[in-house]
Amino acid sequence: MSKELIRLMGCSMAFDDELVLDNINLYINDSEFLTLLGPSGCGKTTTLRIIGGFTTPTAGEVLFDGVRMNDIPPHLRQVNTVFQRYALFPHLNVFENVAFGLRIPKTVEETNAAGKPVKRKVKLPESEIRERVLEMLSVVSLKGFENRRITELSGGQQQRVAIARALVNRPKVLLLDEPLGALDLRLRKDMQSELKRIQQQMGITFIYVTHDQEEALAMSDTIVVMDQGKIQQIGRPEDIYNEPKNAFVADFIGESNILDGVMHEDYVVEFFNRKFKCLDKGFAPMEPVDVVIRPEDVDIVPVDKGQLKGTVTAVTFKGVHYDTIVDFKGYKWLIQTTDFHDVGETIGIVLNPDDIHIMHKSAYSGMFGDYSSYSEEYDEIGDVTLLDEEDEEEAGHAE
Amino acid sequence: MRNRRSLFALPYVVWMALFVVAPIVLVVVYAFSSADGGFTLENFAHMGDYAVVFSRSFYLALIATLLCLLIGYPLAYVLARETAGVQRVAMMLIMLPMWMNFLLRTYSWMSILEDKGLLNRLFAAVGIIDLGNLINGGLNSLCAALNSGPLAWLNGELGTQLALFAKRSTDMTFFHMINTPGAVVLGMVYNYLPFMVLPIYSVIVKLDNSLLEAARDLGADTLRVFRKVVFPLSLSGVLSGITMVFVPSVSTFAISQLLGGKNQLLLGDLIETQFTGMAYNPYLGSAISLVMMVVVIVCMAVMNRFGEGEEQAVML
Repeated sequence: MSKELIRLMGCSMAFDDELVLDNINLYINDSEFLTLLGPSGCGKTTTLRIIGGFTTPTAGEVLFDGVRMNDIPPHLRQVNTVFQRYALFPHLNVFENVAFGLRIPKTVEETNAAGKPVKRKVKLPESEIRERVLEMLSVVSLKGFENRRITELSGGQQQRVAIARALVNRPKVLLLDEPLGALDLRLRKDMQSELKRIQQQMGITFIYVTHDQEEALAMSDTIVVMDQGKIQQIGRPEDIYNEPKNAFVADFIGESNILDGVMHEDYVVEFFNRKFKCLDKGFAPMEPVDVVIRPEDVDIVPVDKGQLKGTVTAVTFKGVHYDTIVDFKGYKWLIQTTDFHDVGETIGIVLNPDDIHIMHKSAYSGMFGDYSSYSEEYDEIGDVTLLDEEDEEEAGHAE
Repeated sequence: MRNRRSLFALPYVVWMALFVVAPIVLVVVYAFSSADGGFTLENFAHMGDYAVVFSRSFYLALIATLLCLLIGYPLAYVLARETAGVQRVAMMLIMLPMWMNFLLRTYSWMSILEDKGLLNRLFAAVGIIDLGNLINGGLNSLCAALNSGPLAWLNGELGTQLALFAKRSTDMTFFHMINTPGAVVLGMVYNYLPFMVLPIYSVIVKLDNSLLEAARDLGADTLRVFRKVVFPLSLSGVLSGITMVFVPSVSTFAISQLLGGKNQLLLGDLIETQFTGMAYNPYLGSAISLVMMVVVIVCMAVMNRFGEGEEQAVML
């Protein structure tokens, strides 16, 4: 079993009377890859900054190895950070950026001849600094870049320097604040697996902040879903996806159709005036619930064989599948299917018990999981993208 | 495309040619000309006579620049970290004197620093002058006591020094401030301080805060963050600040005339008298200007090299 390293106990944070973190309780294990996931303004970066020591929580405690760290400044914490925009020192070359932390004399406590503890500042020898920097540059695949200026590097390379600069200090914990946000999609995918590899190779704890659910699912051991300053759910990626705790989590992680239902008894739920078998239990009899159905779990069958029938109102080709919007008695679902069904077609669907996930009602009920406005929304997005491209082209001509 | 764009630069190119390049060429031509128009090196032959003025000018300008840096850097640094509102007000206050006429500002310093000026009247009113006399008196008796007391055997150098020291005046009615090198330096610092503060401020205010956080994150304490990140990154502002204070200080003439009296003749005054004074000699004036220009350019080049070296040094 892995050892607990960091614990946040009842951490709250207010800026000008506005509560940005509300009673966060969280523990982080040694060598864990933990992701704080949520939309912008959910408090994930604030949580990271509290762990890094850049902000002090207005209430609650931060413990490292059981020791209270609230008032310990960043330079005395065994934590290093990879900043959102890398924050590399422009006046230093790659080597000196990475060596920055190593060049700082460390205070060590030792016993002198008289047996008394004394504090001494120790500087690393130049040879060791050189060795460690070069070693770390090879870990991030930047061998031979030592003398480059920061401005000569691409975004992906700057990213690697930032990671090397943090990791070379052998921190117990590495904090990463949306480190891949500025990279293009392809590079982002590459860096995701690279980061995971580095984390496993170094065997240290990564605390990763992102708003990209795919990134979180792909890299994390544990995901902490946050919204409005509160933790909505903590769990392994599979648990978060398959067993979302409320409508917010279900909607934020992947696509979800969320319906009102009533739990009749264990394993039986009613929606659309029809009872379905499910795998959930432990609800009060006749408890109103939210029912989550993932778009990819719905099986489309001929109309006469379906448990429900509906009409296709929109189809979008997505490469691997079609996003098909189906109208069931005025309520629109998103169904992802590899079979093409044209607009106007009537189809039947079958839901297996493990396709249905039941959640207690929450503050988020009714806010998500409705695809009624889907087609218009899609049109708007399409227009905006087109406009952007035109702008870029114009800018290109002007060059 | 390129040609059409460079058309917009034309007014400035004309301006540069007429009012920057042409005058410099004229200065060079005059410097090597004699009164009858022939080529001569005569004008440079007596440059040695003005060594005192040259060294005084550079010395006072150097002190003024250092003072501006010592006052201006902390001011700019603190200011850049303040809230936007404070920054606006402070910038106003720094710029405000510059909106007043330069001569007016310097005249007002005259009336402040005069022997019977504002400052001396204030000193007299609050008893600082009496205090000065008292201290001098005390020092005198102390020196006398030391000279005649049990330490009287201390002859030679120390004894002489003490004897000199013991002759301090005890009946001052004012502190003599006007017409001293100090007054000239004060005038320079007062007039040119904004030129030091502004470039440094504008560099620091643009510093990405996450750089400072990154340095702290990597284990640097406040002093180290300043030494290794803030200062090296603000060096460009410091260099342009130094240039903008040093160059006008070296060539100033009004400040030295108004606050320095007749004893603090600077290069600017010397050049001025060659053009407008009784010793009308524009050829010599041009030669002095040219030498001053060359020395200043060399100074700046050395300093910029030093600045780059500093950046390199931080790198290594």
